[in-house]
Amino acid sequence: MEKSLKPFISVQNLKTYFFADEGITKAVDGASFDLYREKTLGVVGESGCGKSVTARSILRIVERPGKIVEGHIYLRRKGAGGVEMEEDLTTLKPDSREMRDIRGKEIGLVFQEPMTSFSPVHTVGSQIIEAILLHQKVSKKEARNRAIEQLRLVGIPKPERRVDEFAFELSGGLRQRAMIAMALSCDPTLLIADEPTTALDVTTQAQILDLLRQLQEQRGMAIMLITHNLGVVAEMSDDVVVMYLGRVVEQGPVDDIFHAPKHPYTRALLRSIPSINSAPRVKLPTISGSIPHPFNRPPGCAFHPRCPEFMPGTCDKSEPELAAVGDRQRVSCFLYPLGGK
Amino acid sequence: MPVNDAKDQKLLEVIGLKKFFPIRRGFLRKTVGYVRAVDNVNFFIRKGETLSLVGESGCGKTTTSRCILRAVNPTAGKVLFRTDGDSVVDVAALSQSRIRPLRKQMQMIFQDPYSSLDPRMTLLDIVGEPLLVNGVGNRQERMDRVSELLKLVGLRPEYMRRFPHAFSGGQRQRIGIARALALNPSLVVADEPVSALDVSVQAQILNLMLDLQAQLGLTYLFVAHDLSVVKHISDRIAVMYVGQIVEMVETGALFSAPKHPYTEALLSAVPKPDPRLRSERIVLEGEVADPANPPSGCYFHPRCRYAVDICRQQTPELREISPGHFAACHRSRELTLSGVSLS
Repeated sequence: MEKSLKPFISVQNLKTYFFADEGITKAVDGASFDLYREKTLGVVGESGCGKSVTARSILRIVERPGKIVEGHIYLRRKGAGGVEMEEDLTTLKPDSREMRDIRGKEIGLVFQEPMTSFSPVHTVGSQIIEAILLHQKVSKKEARNRAIEQLRLVGIPKPERRVDEFAFELSGGLRQRAMIAMALSCDPTLLIADEPTTALDVTTQAQILDLLRQLQEQRGMAIMLITHNLGVVAEMSDDVVVMYLGRVVEQGPVDDIFHAPKHPYTRALLRSIPSINSAPRVKLPTISGSIPHPFNRPPGCAFHPRCPEFMPGTCDKSEPELAAVGDRQRVSCFLYPLGGK
Repeated sequence: MPVNDAKDQKLLEVIGLKKFFPIRRGFLRKTVGYVRAVDNVNFFIRKGETLSLVGESGCGKTTTSRCILRAVNPTAGKVLFRTDGDSVVDVAALSQSRIRPLRKQMQMIFQDPYSSLDPRMTLLDIVGEPLLVNGVGNRQERMDRVSELLKLVGLRPEYMRRFPHAFSGGQRQRIGIARALALNPSLVVADEPVSALDVSVQAQILNLMLDLQAQLGLTYLFVAHDLSVVKHISDRIAVMYVGQIVEMVETGALFSAPKHPYTEALLSAVPKPDPRLRSERIVLEGEVADPANPPSGCYFHPRCRYAVDICRQQTPELREISPGHFAACHRSRELTLSGVSLS
């Protein structure tokens, strides 16, 4: 039990910038959080908040001109001789042997677009088999059997036949299931799911979310669930990280985030979303303005131009730090000086 | 048939609407079957009301709205529209040349504010184009009207010389709304107008649409897949499944007391933004039926947990279960289905 108390992955003050001719885009600008085995961390935020870049940074697949400029990503795993050790992924080369070993084997990734993330000219099976052969010493025949078994596990009917089909022959829901089968083919400790249900209908979404929960129970893996849908986060997560323009503005247990939100952005976001549980045809409170482009990041706290509790002279001058508020939440806002209430 | 009661006047009535797309195969492009995209749809919208069509992808909600605007020609059925001159015309039967004057009265708001605005046109050109095409006013009058419209949707008139790229998604959707309102339409068809927007911006656009409706007496046909969004804008909702309306009722009743098992499953599948409401969801087995080869009887029966023999054999009609509450289910009178509670 001691073991599970230590995070599997600990992200500390991660900064990933994109260096373009026009200037630097600070896509992720100081993100810190921990991921635990058997737990689901929901990462919420709107477009441009850096949630996907954070996931890509962990896997070290940030495209150029993006670069991790600061911070650490510690991964805890059994090294040679069975001793647990911590590795800082930011010190590894993206194309190094170790990093390739971690990708797929320790961390699996499910993308938003199941259509574009499968190769259209290879069968679904051959792509899963490839992943298995890369990470495990098994024969081709054995790998194929495992691929079929994976497809069966994620609830694809007639997997012996589906394994030889192409991605376009599968429906959206089946494609996403196949994607999950591929991500899980090497039994990763962490599954990163980047908007796994955004392209799906609600009834299919319910099926996929159920599947993820079931698989987590069976395998005890950690899930990092990236989404903009607060409903999905509320249903799935143990802990939540709320991001805005590259920074974590608030984090804590799911119940506190939804029932005692501290950051004005979290509060405003929760108030403004259309909910199925509210009365029909009522006007919603809104957040004024829109999200600035990360390139034109406002000075000070990035949320201050839209914040209902903006304090002139403070919020537009310096950036608040992420600090503990209460026992379980961490918030970056000047409303909570020194972390007290 | 339309009633002449001013309060309950029907602006639009759709009767027996069908749209089948042929499936062609082989060298001679022989028709081997039909995709029944819209399969006998009936509904009406009263003046000043919002009716929403909801359903999952491929259920025919967009095709229905496109038939009404005659962007596609329906296979069968009537689309009765009450014109400004208070006469009722069948849009489905009109020739292309007689449709044109009607288009002023029915306008559309599109889903994607990025691809629905020409990047080479200024706001003045975009919002003024419907006026220009329909020969309304001279240059100065058009400019005045555009600036009035921009103000109406919450944009500054000084922006009218700018191009769409200078605006955020929410602002672009406002531009699209201004364009739709340029000709003072009575019916506005909005196809997924907020689904491409960030969540914090969706509320702004929904509120704007509610305001404009109150101000201008607009009638909306709102097409969407997101039940939470639909709840905030609709007076009545029609739920579609495989080209047919399975349930239609006033908004509150649909959510509190659904009468069709598919509606119940849809409501249950929507993730609720409250961790304390985590509950056992009804997870539908399998997939949406293929509209080219629908199952026998009720199209929903292979996935329905209440299905009995009659459901496999007979297609249920859309019937009025209680005043104003329509459902197409053999068992809707006996079943007690659960909706969602108000928080």
